[in-house]
Amino acid sequence: MQKTSKHFIPPRLRGWVLPVLIVALWGWAVHAGAVSSPLLVSPLEVWRRGVEQVASGELRVALSASLWRNAWGVLIGMAAGFGAGALLGASRWAERLLGPSFHTLKQISLFAWIPMLSMWFGLGEAAKIAFIALAAFFPMVLNTFEGIRSVPRELIEVGRVHAFSPWQMLARVTAPAAAPSIFTGIQLALIYGWLATLGAEYLLASGKGLGNTLIDGREHFWMDLVLFGVLVIGAVGFALNAVLGVLERRLLAWRERTVAQY
Amino acid sequence: MAHATPLAIRGLNKRYEVKGQALSVLQAIDLAIAPGEFVSIVGSSGCGKSTLLRLIVGLEGDYEGEILLGGQPVTGTGLERGIVFQEHRLFPWLTVEKNVALGLLNSRLTEGERRAAVREHIALVGLQGFEGAYPHQLSGGMSQRVAIARALVNRPDILLLDEPFGALDAMTRAHLQDELRRIWRQEGITMVLVTHDVEEAVYLGDKVVVMEPRPGRIRRTVPVPLAHPRERSAQAFAVLKERVLQEFAAYPAAQLAEPPYRRGEPPVPVGRWQFAV
Repeated sequence: MQKTSKHFIPPRLRGWVLPVLIVALWGWAVHAGAVSSPLLVSPLEVWRRGVEQVASGELRVALSASLWRNAWGVLIGMAAGFGAGALLGASRWAERLLGPSFHTLKQISLFAWIPMLSMWFGLGEAAKIAFIALAAFFPMVLNTFEGIRSVPRELIEVGRVHAFSPWQMLARVTAPAAAPSIFTGIQLALIYGWLATLGAEYLLASGKGLGNTLIDGREHFWMDLVLFGVLVIGAVGFALNAVLGVLERRLLAWRERTVAQY
Repeated sequence: MAHATPLAIRGLNKRYEVKGQALSVLQAIDLAIAPGEFVSIVGSSGCGKSTLLRLIVGLEGDYEGEILLGGQPVTGTGLERGIVFQEHRLFPWLTVEKNVALGLLNSRLTEGERRAAVREHIALVGLQGFEGAYPHQLSGGMSQRVAIARALVNRPDILLLDEPFGALDAMTRAHLQDELRRIWRQEGITMVLVTHDVEEAVYLGDKVVVMEPRPGRIRRTVPVPLAHPRERSAQAFAVLKERVLQEFAAYPAAQLAEPPYRRGEPPVPVGRWQFAV
């Protein structure tokens, strides 16, 4: 028997309850003069600033610049990361030779690369894209390496028994077995890549981008612009994640649930 | 029908290097298997029966002696020899149908012939309707049946089974033993079954090869001249099963050692104690 009781708030909208409450509280706090700082702007002002940004085309310019940088950097980082991870995973010789150096380099905090990158590439696009690529590179290498090394020996033996050629072994056993790990690598590369995009725009401040919008707002004490920028940044991150989620459900539908569902 | 060929193993020796010492896993194995025969191999752990299968199927090499399939020496793996492992080893990202089709990846059949063969073998193991299921949706018995279909789909000359039902419950095991026997009768493929279950060995095999460990040797071959279908509760069956079990009871290591101390006698010093295992 299905429960026909009406929900006060339908399940799909429950995620919105908290944000709506917070915005309402925020709006009331401003309206009631509860906080008297000039930095506390009302939600309405943020909205108005947002509309203005969209209408004037500034949002489009900043967003497309950031996304463009992000795409380039992440693609380069993922490709290089996949190649390096595959090499380290497949060849013990390569791992022994390159592994220790790689594992040392990966310990260097990402932002510590900025001075070197700005010396090598200047302050322009190249330096930012290099930084983003670096951020995407490391998680991709590690997860690709892990994926290739974790291919179950039992399945390789099945391939051998059925006289698989080396290419068949790679395409039909190794690649699908490593796919979940590689996908995790892609997810992390995208997360860190978007993070690094903002970081690059902040630390290598030149040109246009969402980070530059934030800097702009901070310098002029336009809190509403800063908040609007933050919202857009969050929305992009959310969208990237959602797209990946859909892809994952499609490509990795064969995985069984091994964890509890509360 | 597969063209069954005879398997001849002569003077097979297999050694592993462990810390510089040579460890003999198989010693002087001589085994002749006629085409279409069902041979059961029983033995306790460590008697090399799995290694023997892996050598026949070509997953391991570097042995002394001869393994001849139809007169030709065995080198590496080949589609004429199939194997079913204790774990089903299905590819989790493929459906049942695609998993079975893996066996035909390197065969010379056309697309239509492959589809027909896959369908036929899924029906052979009794899994019609499950073609689109993923391995994680199947039970252990069903997964093992898919593994059997995959091993048979390319009509190998000989099918090796390495404790295929060991991980299943007793009822599923009994059911699958019957299925295996039915498939064997229907297809006429030579089968070699390795098991630690003596009853299973006697139920299915034309002869039971008893192996003993350290190093792995053939102790005795017990022929099973019973007609199929066999009854586990029949007198003749019980007699044969007992005869096989006797082989295990006759290990010298299993004989009780002399007690170290008998009443009235001075005790044997500790240095002269002997232990049973």
